[in-house]
Parts: sequence; C-alpha cells; structure tokens
Amino acid sequence: MIAFVQRVGRVGLSICTELGSASFFLSKSVWRKPRSGQKLHLLAHTLFNSGVLSLPIIIVSALFIGMVVGLQGFNILNKFSVTSELGQMVALSVVRELGPVVTALLFAGRAGSALTAEIGLMKATEQLDAMEMMGVDPLGRIMLPRLLGGFISLPLLTIIFCAIAIWGGDLIGVRWLGVDAGAFWSNMQSSVDFRLDVINGIIKSAVFGVVITWMAVYQGASAIPTAEGISHATTRTVVYSSLIVLGLDFVLTAMMMGGW
Amino acid sequence: MPEALIRVENVSFAHNDHVIFDNISLNIEQGKITAIMGPSGTGKTTLLRLLTGQLKPSSGHVYFGKQCITTMSRKELYKTRRKMGMLFQNGALFTHLTAYENVAFPLREHTKLSESMIRDVVLLKLEAVGLRGARDLYPNELSGGMARRVALARAIALDPMLILYDEPFTGQDPILMGVLVKLIKELNDILELTSVIVSHDVPETASIADTIYVLAGGDVVGAGDPQKLVADDNPHVRQFMHGLADGVVPFHYPAPDFMADLLSSEGE
Ligand SMILES: Nc1ncnc2c1ncn2[C@@H]1O[C@H](COP(=O)(O)OP(=O)(O)OP(=O)(O)O)[C@@H](O)[C@H]1O
Ligand SMILES: [Mg+2]
Repeated sequence: MIAFVQRVGRVGLSICTELGSASFFLSKSVWRKPRSGQKLHLLAHTLFNSGVLSLPIIIVSALFIGMVVGLQGFNILNKFSVTSELGQMVALSVVRELGPVVTALLFAGRAGSALTAEIGLMKATEQLDAMEMMGVDPLGRIMLPRLLGGFISLPLLTIIFCAIAIWGGDLIGVRWLGVDAGAFWSNMQSSVDFRLDVINGIIKSAVFGVVITWMAVYQGASAIPTAEGISHATTRTVVYSSLIVLGLDFVLTAMMMGGW
Repeated sequence: MPEALIRVENVSFAHNDHVIFDNISLNIEQGKITAIMGPSGTGKTTLLRLLTGQLKPSSGHVYFGKQCITTMSRKELYKTRRKMGMLFQNGALFTHLTAYENVAFPLREHTKLSESMIRDVVLLKLEAVGLRGARDLYPNELSGGMARRVALARAIALDPMLILYDEPFTGQDPILMGVLVKLIKELNDILELTSVIVSHDVPETASIADTIYVLAGGDVVGAGDPQKLVADDNPHVRQFMHGLADGVVPFHYPAPDFMADLLSSEGE
C-alpha cells in the first residue's frame, strides 16, 4: 500500500517537474526574436515542413471520415425517417469535434514526431551547441519559428479537413444513398452557426497547434542524446500530445458551451 | 609579457559526481598558440566548453579580456561568442545544409553582406581547407576528415579573434596534417588570432605551439614552451610527451580491481 502511494507520488512529482520545465522552456522561446530579415523565410520553411507535408494524410483521412459519418448518420436518421437532416449531422460533428481533434491527432503523429526527431538529432550531433557557439540562439532560430508554424498551420489544416470531410458526407449521402441535395445543403446552412461552431473549432485547433509543437520541440530539446533517447522522446511526443489534445478538447468544449 | 586574452582562475568543475577539474588556473595569451594536451578523458573538451561559457564552473571564474564569462548575461555571452570560433571534436556541421551553406551560415546570421560577397568569403575559406570542389556536398556525403575541414572553414568564416580547435588533426592523412598545421600557424600569425589547440598529436602540436599545458587527473601537471616540456621530468608530462605505455598515467577509467570485478556476483 505504502509502496503504491510512493509510486503515485513519484509519478505525480515527475509529471509536475516535466510540466514546469516545459512551461519554462515555452516562455523562454516565445520572447526570443530571430533576426527580422529571416523571420519570414524561416517561417515559410516550417510551414512547408509541418503544414504542406501533412496535407496528403489529412486529405485522405478527412475523405474517409466524412464518408463514414455520412454512412452511419444515414442509417440512424433513416430509422426516424429524417434523412434530410444528414447534412446538419455531418457538418456539426465534423466542424465541432472531429475536424479539430482528428486533425490534431494526425498532426501530432505526422509533424510532431518529425519535429522531435529532427531537434533531438541536432542536439545529439552537437549542432545546437555549434549554433550557440556561433552566437545564434537555437531557441529563436529553431524553436520559435516551429511554434509559430504549428499555430498557423493546424487551423488551416483543420479547415481543409472539415471541407473535405463534408464533401465526403455529400458523396455518400447525396450521390450514393440518394438524400435530396437541396435538403442536405440547406439544412446544413441553417444549423451551422459561424461564430459558435466554425470559429470555436478554429480556436480549438489553434490551441492544439501550439500545444503539439510545444511538446514536440520541448521533447526534442530535452531528449537524451542517444538513438534510444531520441526514440523515447518521439514516442513521448505522440503520446503526451495526443492525451493533452483529448483532455484540452473536453475542457475547451465545456468552456465554450458554458458560454465563456 | 604579452597580455592574457583568457584567464582561468581557480576553476573547479564536476560532471554529476565525477570531478573533472579541481581548482585549476591557466592563461591563454593574446596572439599566441596555446596547446592543451593530456590523456583521453581528462577533460580537454570540457575545458574548452568552460572557456566558451557552454558549461559553468562550480567555483572560480573565467575571464575573456576584462569580461567575466562566468557571470555575464546571456546576451553579452552571445555577443562575445561572435569573436570566437570553435571547431568541434566531431565537426557538428548542420546536416540539412551543404558544405557551402554551412560556411555561409554565420555570415548570413551576423553580417549584412551581399550574396556575391558571401560567395567570395565562403569560397576563400573553403579554398583554404582544400574543399572548394566539395561545396555542394551534404555532410553525410563527406568523409570524417573532410567534414572536420569544412567545420574549420565555418569556424574561421567570421574572422574571429580566438579560435578553439578540438582535435583538428584526428582523422587526417599525413599530407593533410602538414597542411593543417601550416594553416593553423598561418591563420594565427597573419590574422593575429589567438589559437587554442586540443590535441593528442605531440610532434605536430609541439611544432607550432607557443605554450603547452598538460592536464592529468584534474590538474595542470605541466606548463611551458615545448622544449621545456620535452625536458620536463614530471612523470605525467614525461610519459605523455614521449608516449610511454608504462608510467603514472592510468590507461583505465577508474574501476575496481579487474580480478575482483570478474569474480563479483553483480551479473548473476
Ligand atoms: N555529459 C557528461 N556527463 C557526464 N560525464 C561526462 C559528460 N561529458 C564528459 N563526461 C566525462 O568527463 C570526462 C572528460 O570528458 P572530456 O570529453 O572533456 O574528455 P577529453 O579530454 O576531451 O577526452 P578525449 O581526448 O577522448 O576527447 C570524461 O571522463 C567523461 O566521462
Ligand atoms: Mg575531447
């Protein structure tokens, strides 16, 4: 019993220290300015790496998820003979929840893990030390553009995800199962609120974007500089950021529904 | 007596519990080539990291000119480091950039030179290390010795006041070794740099160094010009300078008695 309590205490403490040093790391990186001429160039580079390169997986998953939601929704709504509401059902579930959360989870797996591995390897091969020795601050040069990149690219990816998933629902519902196209789109139009649904979804994804890249960059920079250390750090990035995304999603949804 | 560019005063340092330096002091003189020698694992790389402020001593101070590296702010430290070039033991080239871009990196970060001037400087530095033809290769396409020479070109790209070389000769063939020795000497004399060389290669280093410090067991055991050290009769210094296998310098990392270790029950 005591051993159990000790273990819980130890795990709790280590989570707290980890969170503390991660927060410290974040606050340090945010205040570093890369040189003005380079900002755009560096940002474009990370937007390409974490945003554009994640597009294929986002598009394919969005299409299939939209089609599955369309199919499931049609079967349920059919029982109540209200298949004309399919458009509303697909759009609301995708825009409010599936879009931001699934995109964030895919982003963590695709871009987050790549970031951790990249930075971990730069640390292991002393590239970060070399940069410091040249009087260039790795926090400003490497970490900050990546954090900004996540903040910008994840909301954009989420919008693309939602659009394609809704198109997938249309493909199944309207083209295949024969729901009336007019009803599908007009019901969607009248039930989706721009402020409450679309904007809130984008706010969520911006928060997720920062949290995922923060985790990824922090894990990379604090990885033990060995092959094993980097592989552990990569795993931790994906696991922690997925859990944090799911937990935060609940908190943010509760706050938004509570009218904050 | 020339002025000391770097003064290390009563510095102690430990990695975790492993004491690397116990209260050492030494001076690096302006415009001279100072060599730091000593058996593998005595802390030569650690000393370079203390000199550049990458590691902080647990007690004592390191001065660069009149400034104290140990207590200066991060911003000042970064500014001071622009006056230093460092050749890392394994090169530490940026793997996502070509040899050319690696050498151009500090220039792009710290100067406002035009693209054509950057090109001239980079080609000049690469020519000096004999790798102008390899400018478009990525670090994974370079051999170990070539990577180290590109790293050297990068370290001198900004024409620093002080260059720290961590094992510049390792992995170079005898011809290149001669070229590098000459290059280091020329850089030092023509550009009036101050150089610090960490090396195991006694004859090469002794041929260009003005002062040599021999480290062993966390202490400076010998200091002076090469002739003095070759004649020194401190057992550590003599063993190291003449490459003798038998002597006071242990070949092994501190460990319990070998027989006792073999017979111990730890692995069961
Ligand atoms: N990050 C670290 N954590 C713990 N111990 C370390 C660390 N880095 C180095 N050491 C220890 O510090 C000692 C000195 O290391 P250092 O790299 O300075 O040696 P060196 O003199 O440069 O050796 P070599 O000539 O082989 O490069 C070694 O005994 C090593 O075990
Ligand atoms: Mg070393």
